[in-house]
Amino acid sequence: MPRVTYIQADGQSQEVNLESGSSLMQGAVDNMIDGIVAECGGSCSCATCHCYIDADWVDKVEPAEEMETDLLDCVSEPKDNSRLSCQVKVSDALDGLVVHLPTTQF
Amino acid sequence: MAAKSRCIIIGASHAAAQLAPTLRQQGWTGSISMICNEYALPYHRPPLSKDFLAGTKTAEQILIRPAAVYKKCDVGITMGVTVAAIDRSNKQIMLEDGLALDYDKLVLTTGARVRKIDIPGVDLNGVFYLRDLNDAQQIKMSTGANKRAVIIGGGYIGLETASALRKIGMQVTVLEAMPRILQRVTAPEVAAFYSRIHKEEGVEIVAGVQAVSISGDKQVESVQCHDGTEYEADIVIIGVGVIPNTELAEQAGLEIDNGIVVDEYARTSDEDILAAGDCTSHYNPIYQRHLRLESVQNALDQASVAASTISGNLKAYSALPWFWSDQYDLKLQIAGLSQGYTDVVVRGDIGDSRSFAAFYMREGKLLAVDAVNRPQEFMFGKKLIMQGNQLDPGQLADESLPLKTLVAS
Ligand SMILES: Cc1cc2nc3c(=O)[nH]c(=O)nc-3n(C[C@H](O)[C@H](O)[C@H](O)COP(=O)(O)OP(=O)(O)OC[C@H]3O[C@@H](n4cnc5c(N)ncnc54)[C@H](O)[C@@H]3O)c2cc1C
Ligand code: FES
Repeated sequence: MPRVTYIQADGQSQEVNLESGSSLMQGAVDNMIDGIVAECGGSCSCATCHCYIDADWVDKVEPAEEMETDLLDCVSEPKDNSRLSCQVKVSDALDGLVVHLPTTQF
Repeated sequence: MAAKSRCIIIGASHAAAQLAPTLRQQGWTGSISMICNEYALPYHRPPLSKDFLAGTKTAEQILIRPAAVYKKCDVGITMGVTVAAIDRSNKQIMLEDGLALDYDKLVLTTGARVRKIDIPGVDLNGVFYLRDLNDAQQIKMSTGANKRAVIIGGGYIGLETASALRKIGMQVTVLEAMPRILQRVTAPEVAAFYSRIHKEEGVEIVAGVQAVSISGDKQVESVQCHDGTEYEADIVIIGVGVIPNTELAEQAGLEIDNGIVVDEYARTSDEDILAAGDCTSHYNPIYQRHLRLESVQNALDQASVAASTISGNLKAYSALPWFWSDQYDLKLQIAGLSQGYTDVVVRGDIGDSRSFAAFYMREGKLLAVDAVNRPQEFMFGKKLIMQGNQLDPGQLADESLPLKTLVAS
């Protein structure tokens, strides 16, 4: 079970275990982590599950597809390491992953 | 807040899955229990006509949260039990078996049920409606490559079902009583687009026909229409809209007007009874009228508002409605409500391509956007609707001009 750390914009952090094959969004929802809204439940339609992948991990995460990158262009405060957490699947290779959350999803 | 306060939620719904843990997070120390007539933890309904039906997601994969979350938040869930009545004077609910339960705060998230049609043969084996997991599981057991499906109703759910059944190799016909599909919800241009795509994908769409009977021995064999036409079918799926579940509220004397009437804090006409989701009618400040919405967005947002109200920090509901629909490789995102539009501006090639945006306008202002494989038009469209500025149709249609540039900063 990969372990993932979610860090809020105010610095608070939570470390949780996720099922392999699950998404970063589901991991946040399952653990009641604030800051991930996920209105569409992972269908890449709402862009309310925006997060930033920690700089040390960016290269290890599969790149985003076009629909996702288009949505990411429109979130508030997009950055190079922005991702929609529902589109990032976790695996043992991502054990230790660190994810930062934005100040707002809207 | 008294430690012994009891909050009961009727319906293990989309709204309940949001409300219960949020309420706990906001510091509610009393009990929280959900009571539902279905036999499942709250699940995402949208995949029922999409990934679940097409076989790419399992029942477990569409759960909103795993059982452990409710356990951790100390939320009790009673499944397979119907709430029969609300007794407001004693602040109790009555279950179907006669058991009475006390509440301090009661939340109605009873959702909606399918509208049934009354024609001969609807009770034959192989005739289905689609609202809950049980329906979807029954349908799935009757599907199979090369079998024939007739779908009655060309709304989003009917069309998504058509797409999912094509994916598994079925022959699909959609019968729509109105002159065109998606009549109630989209402009003719958008309906024509979806008709073309379904045709390209091998679905037969017949509009302007009314199904008048279904025949077969025990098992459905065909559907007859008012104009004498007949369509052979191994399964029939009926998707002609839903009716809000307001009876409990109505019997309890709460105000009903095309849904359980709630204020901007999700309160019904009884301050200890709240309601959220498909069963409600609320005043929307953006469109300045009462709305009854059937969407996940509304269920989630109203549930959050209800949680805040119960926790005592009032937070008014004022969200732009939005909706999505997945068919084939098309991702439709809809922002706002188009009712009352006078003009439609199309951006992109709606006649030949698989991507465009349609802007619904009234008096030069944007009311709603249908964006197909155009996430940016959806996202910036939302902002443009909220800003409420006058917009130039020529600029909206001009693809060389990024929509972003029209958004006031
Ligand atoms: C096939 C399908 C596809 C959809 N696709 C989309 C989509 O793509 N996007 C979107 O935004 N929306 C979609 N929707 C709509 C969306 O699912 C609903 O708007 C949403 O589920 C509403 O949630 P809710 O909380 O109001 O109640 P629901 O999730 O409807 O739950 C209400 C629950 O209350 C129970 N209940 C009712 N009365 C009682 C009682 N007396 N006692 C006990 N239990 C009771 C019901 O059985 C039900 O389990 C779709 C719906 C369906 C059916
Ligand atoms: S949950 Fe909606 S885009 Fe990720």
